[in-house]
Amino acid sequence: MGAELAIRNLHVKVEGNEILTGVDLTVRAGEVHSLMGPNGSGKSTLAYILMGHPAYEVDEGEVLLDGENILELEPDERARKGLFLAFQYPTPIPGVSVADFLRTAVSSIRLGPSEEGRTTELIPMREFRKEIRERMTELDIDHSFARRHLNDGFSGGEKKRAEILQMSLLKPRIAVLDETDSGLDIDALRAVADGVNRQLSSELGVLLITHYQRILNYIEPNFVHIMVDGRIVQSGGPELAHELEAKGYDMVKDLV
Amino acid sequence: MAAEAMKEMPDLAKVQEAIDQAVPTKGSEDTDDYQYGFHYPDESVFRSKKGLRRETVEEISWIKEEPDWMLQKRLEALEIYFSKPMPQWGGNLNALNFDDIYYYVKPTDSQGKTWDDVPDNIKETFDRIGIPEDERKFLGGVGAQYDSEVVYHSLKKELSDQGVIFLDMDAGLREYPDLVREYFTSIIPSADNKFAALNTAVWSGGSFVYIPAGVKVDIPLQAYFRINSENMGQFERTLIIAEEGAEVHYVEGCTAPSFSSDSLHSAVVEIFCKPGSRVRYTTIQNWANNVYNLVTKRAVAYRDATMEWVDGNLGSKLTMKYPSVYMMEPGAHGEILSIAFASRGQHQDAGGKVIHAAPHTSSIITSKSISKNGGRASYRGLLKVAKGAVGSKSNVVCDALILDDESRSDTYPYIEIDEQEVTIGHEATVSKIGDEQLFYLMSRGLSEAEASNMVVRGFIEPLVRELPMEYAVEMNRLIQLQMEGSVG
Ligand SMILES: Nc1ncnc2c1ncn2[C@@H]1O[C@H](COP(=O)(O)OP(=O)(O)OP(=O)(O)O)[C@@H](O)[C@H]1O
Ligand SMILES: [Mg+2]
Repeated sequence: MGAELAIRNLHVKVEGNEILTGVDLTVRAGEVHSLMGPNGSGKSTLAYILMGHPAYEVDEGEVLLDGENILELEPDERARKGLFLAFQYPTPIPGVSVADFLRTAVSSIRLGPSEEGRTTELIPMREFRKEIRERMTELDIDHSFARRHLNDGFSGGEKKRAEILQMSLLKPRIAVLDETDSGLDIDALRAVADGVNRQLSSELGVLLITHYQRILNYIEPNFVHIMVDGRIVQSGGPELAHELEAKGYDMVKDLV
Repeated sequence: MAAEAMKEMPDLAKVQEAIDQAVPTKGSEDTDDYQYGFHYPDESVFRSKKGLRRETVEEISWIKEEPDWMLQKRLEALEIYFSKPMPQWGGNLNALNFDDIYYYVKPTDSQGKTWDDVPDNIKETFDRIGIPEDERKFLGGVGAQYDSEVVYHSLKKELSDQGVIFLDMDAGLREYPDLVREYFTSIIPSADNKFAALNTAVWSGGSFVYIPAGVKVDIPLQAYFRINSENMGQFERTLIIAEEGAEVHYVEGCTAPSFSSDSLHSAVVEIFCKPGSRVRYTTIQNWANNVYNLVTKRAVAYRDATMEWVDGNLGSKLTMKYPSVYMMEPGAHGEILSIAFASRGQHQDAGGKVIHAAPHTSSIITSKSISKNGGRASYRGLLKVAKGAVGSKSNVVCDALILDDESRSDTYPYIEIDEQEVTIGHEATVSKIGDEQLFYLMSRGLSEAEASNMVVRGFIEPLVRELPMEYAVEMNRLIQLQMEGSVG
């Protein structure tokens, strides 16, 4: 059975300010939803709260994954249930190589959680190396990249590619991509979009956060939503993105 | 060989002068997870009475059948020890009862020539620590000290054929009395500090290493130090002499069982790096949490010589240790890499000292400390450039990582520059493990413990990368154990 992520009347506070003011959205396996909205409207906040960021506090509402409320779960538990977030600003982890990190991550997702504090049992090196090389080739990433330190000194485009590389190895059931298209040159945009498309299937649901219609030419959404001031004010099909591109956010002004 | 060494005699007066000039830097609970916490019943053949008096020193010297000059040196040092006040800087020594300590414990009557000669209980201890397996795999020589005496020693034949000497210090004194007399206490005189005096008075064991000119020992020589008896004081003494163009990597590993009362480890290490030589001294110390570890380590480096200290300080209740390099002639280079990990009930007061006593000398100090669960890690360092040491370069970087709100980190950098024409860099950072880093890693399926583990591993990576593979693996494993010690 495909996954279903249901967000119900979600209100979220950050440092006392209400940022999300009642979000309702359901993403199912096999669907691509695009979420658009002005700067500061709360898109990343939604992404973070879905993944369990400790700085954000739910005031009201629920988030159900396959009917189970996940708001009490730790981020790693959510990841093991098949949730993935490609960060708008991936965090540098100095001294930790991409390969070392990804082998641990892939192992904890596939082989289950580590026992209290112990290291996860690791998948065999050979098997992992073969797999990461294949994925890097597909994303047009040089193999030496695996030895670099995670997000440390990566260019904007390298960071985004690395996020998609991670997604392709972790094989989530619901993926939230937060502005994965921002800061990419034309070739990189295509490589990243191809990378996502390759993973699209009836087993994967995607919430694609973006400012630009351009990416939607590569990754076709089934639904487009517009968020303003912490809630979704309008939803529609792909044509909504075109309309927004033409008219700007003025078009939803009176809906707020 | 002794005569040859005499010819190369370093200018000890100059060393002493540099030492005098350098101002000294001023300034428990058990973990169940301590892997080396096992211990075997004490089957020692002799132990001195608890506490320290003149007779203790005479007894040690008598048992060892030492020459009279050594006994005199010991007694002189004992007077200095009694006359010096307890240091009031660094860590708190008030809880340590010096009268409740055995200053000499002889575990067996004879040293094993082969591994099979070593008494079973001792053998088993070292088997669990990994000797002689490591010896077969990658070491050039091994020494194993159990309480006060070295119970096993070996050196690969290729090395002894080239004139390399690697003996325990007592055997060194017996077989090369002139060499020992020449160098012993010449870099660290008894009067240097209270614990150097203590060590000189009651020293036993440690290593004597001599590398002839031009000989490059490319596999490590390793010594293991093990405290097995409760209330034990271990006072090993190490002397390393690298002749011109010689190279050696010496490694020490230290462990002790967890007793309910405290033990004391107070070593002295003196190293001579003659012109063009290269010495690396690596410590991977993993003492149990009730060991006071008060160690004096000092090296002198002559023209174009390189001295490197790699100092991994894990475990112990209190460690006070600041390995130093005195650069005596142009082109000398000193390097200190220090890693400290302080957890509950632990205080790591560690760092290093570099003294530029000649022009065009260079040094690097890199310190990384981690504190966790209420542990306290301090960096204490001295950078001194003497007048006339023009063109000297030094760079000091110390980074501290604090894992939670209970824990603490301090930095005490002392810098004394008496020369204008120098290039000095100093950088210190203190960071708390980032929520953003943990969140990022956890969002990829890593548990919180594993995520902080990974951040810590990344933090020390720049230092661990410098180690030979076997030691890098060991260091990572020990850090991991410390991290597992108390999750949440
Ligand atoms: N940790 C935080 N502390 C304080 N304010 C925050 C925090 N995180 C988000 N905010 C505020 O919440 C609001 C929504 O931010 P969010 O990052 O979700 O917007 P966004 O829609 O992703 O914007 P953009 O398109 O620029 O990425 C902003 O006003 C932001 O300043
Ligand atoms: Mg955003």
